[in-house]
Amino acid sequence: MSQVPSDRVYSDSHEWLMDNGDGTATVGISEHAQEALGDLVFVETPSVGDELSAKQACAVVESVKAASDIYSPISGEVVEVNELLSETPELINGDAHGEGWIFRLKIADPTEIDDLLDADAYGELIAED
Amino acid sequence: MPFIPHTPEDTSEMLATIGAASIEELFDEIPPELRAGDISGLAQSLMRPEPEMAVARLMQERARADGEPLCFLGAGAYEHHIPAAVWQLATRGEFYSAYTPYQAEASQGTLQVLYEFQSMMTALTGLDASNASLYDGASALAEAALMAVRANRKVKDKRVLMPASVHPFYRQTVRSIVRHQGIELVEVPYDPTGGHTTISALEQAAAGKPFAALVIPQPNVFGVLEEVDSLTDWAHQHNALVIGLVNPVALALLSPPGEWGTQSEKSGGADIACGEGQPLGMPLASGGPYLGFLCCTQALVRQLPGRIAGKTLDLDGNPGYTLTLQAREQHIRRSKATSNICTNQGLLVTAATIHLSLLGAEGLERVAAACHANTRALIARLCEIPGIEPVFDRPVFHEQLLRLPRPTEDILKALAAENILAGFNLGRSYPELDGSLLVCATETRTESDIDRFRDALGRALS
Repeated sequence: MSQVPSDRVYSDSHEWLMDNGDGTATVGISEHAQEALGDLVFVETPSVGDELSAKQACAVVESVKAASDIYSPISGEVVEVNELLSETPELINGDAHGEGWIFRLKIADPTEIDDLLDADAYGELIAED
Repeated sequence: MPFIPHTPEDTSEMLATIGAASIEELFDEIPPELRAGDISGLAQSLMRPEPEMAVARLMQERARADGEPLCFLGAGAYEHHIPAAVWQLATRGEFYSAYTPYQAEASQGTLQVLYEFQSMMTALTGLDASNASLYDGASALAEAALMAVRANRKVKDKRVLMPASVHPFYRQTVRSIVRHQGIELVEVPYDPTGGHTTISALEQAAAGKPFAALVIPQPNVFGVLEEVDSLTDWAHQHNALVIGLVNPVALALLSPPGEWGTQSEKSGGADIACGEGQPLGMPLASGGPYLGFLCCTQALVRQLPGRIAGKTLDLDGNPGYTLTLQAREQHIRRSKATSNICTNQGLLVTAATIHLSLLGAEGLERVAAACHANTRALIARLCEIPGIEPVFDRPVFHEQLLRLPRPTEDILKALAAENILAGFNLGRSYPELDGSLLVCATETRTESDIDRFRDALGRALS
């Protein structure tokens, strides 16, 4: 079974979100999601400055067998994207919870984070898959 | 062998499984007036015991009625010479199918044809990538508009500037396809003297608001050549993408969309090119089937609908072909596939590929040059007739709009009686152009054809 680090929260659409403690949060896709997708060949990141609302499709990950939308777990403005992914999308396959982060956003409403799943709840969710 | 696969026993077994007593009961949800059970409207001749023979006879009669008129009609569909080898080869059993194979079923030969087609289309348009065809030129333009709106990340506004000089049927098709996607098509009026699109008209139409893309037809529906370089630069200065709507034969002489604009690092070249592939080996056949093509820059390749065939080497170093980069195909993109375009016009792609291979770059250039020369000769001859003159004063490729001294429909009827298709009446779509006629001459028209047209037109007007 995939790792589910407990230092972050998860959405039911398989994104993780880590509160950086400085008013920003980092977003990526879970280890479980990258395993399900298989070898990634392309990542379309959002643009810095994009205003996202919670559950809005904002990025695309494309593998050899499917292309999937990535949804922003919470609302906020994109402040940084992982530029390395344009050349090396496989970073997500290798280290989905670290090097393979996708974007950072300025948290608009911290209470939205409370609606996301903790590691235990997410672990249960993917155990059902 | 029966062509209906179900025996009466099969049918009753299937009905029993789903618990219906009869076919009638199976369809009882459909109101009787909507069912096509009554075929009494069909001609009696088709109801005879030998229906195949009756249908064949009827179609032959209709074909004879069509005759083989002398054609000066263009406006999006063109009579070109097609070397006999094109359809001799395209209809070989290995290629000849109404069905487009999916990845797992596509033979290396089919994949190689797609690869060659795409290579030739990118060479013609000066762009990086081509898909393996769409239904026709009009739907290719619609796909290009959708693609541009998706891809343009600098501009969030879903507005596309669409010159009135784009073929009215194409504009209708685009409208039908994009209207439920929140895309606004902004019409740009053409210059009444030149029949082309001007920067000031664009400025006015854009009204200072951002837009995602500009469509540039080259040549446009009046046959007129647009100032593609300045239009491309202008669109790029406004952060919009450029969609070139082009005639593939004309591209043998005109600059390819990939080279439009001033070619500065940021501005050069159209981003997308699309158009109708019918001039590349498809006969005029009562309106179809036709072949849409769509090409783009590398930056947009993941927004391109359809399939791309790639070439690679296998472990033993042998060349191999495979479908790749099909980010907008159903099985990759699921609900985000653009129009569920998976079926391409495979057989027509095969014909176009053979046609272009036989002509070669020089052959296509000769065809284009002959079209242009014949059109100039045609215009010169027709304008000898008093009262006939070009409506617009700008250069054309192989079509020109002429002003007539008598109502266009009368002229079309009079010439049809002499078995001449005189041209296209644009007044039906542009009321201000009432009393004009769009005429076209391809490489297939001879001096004596042109003389015959001139004489018949002279008689009709006298």
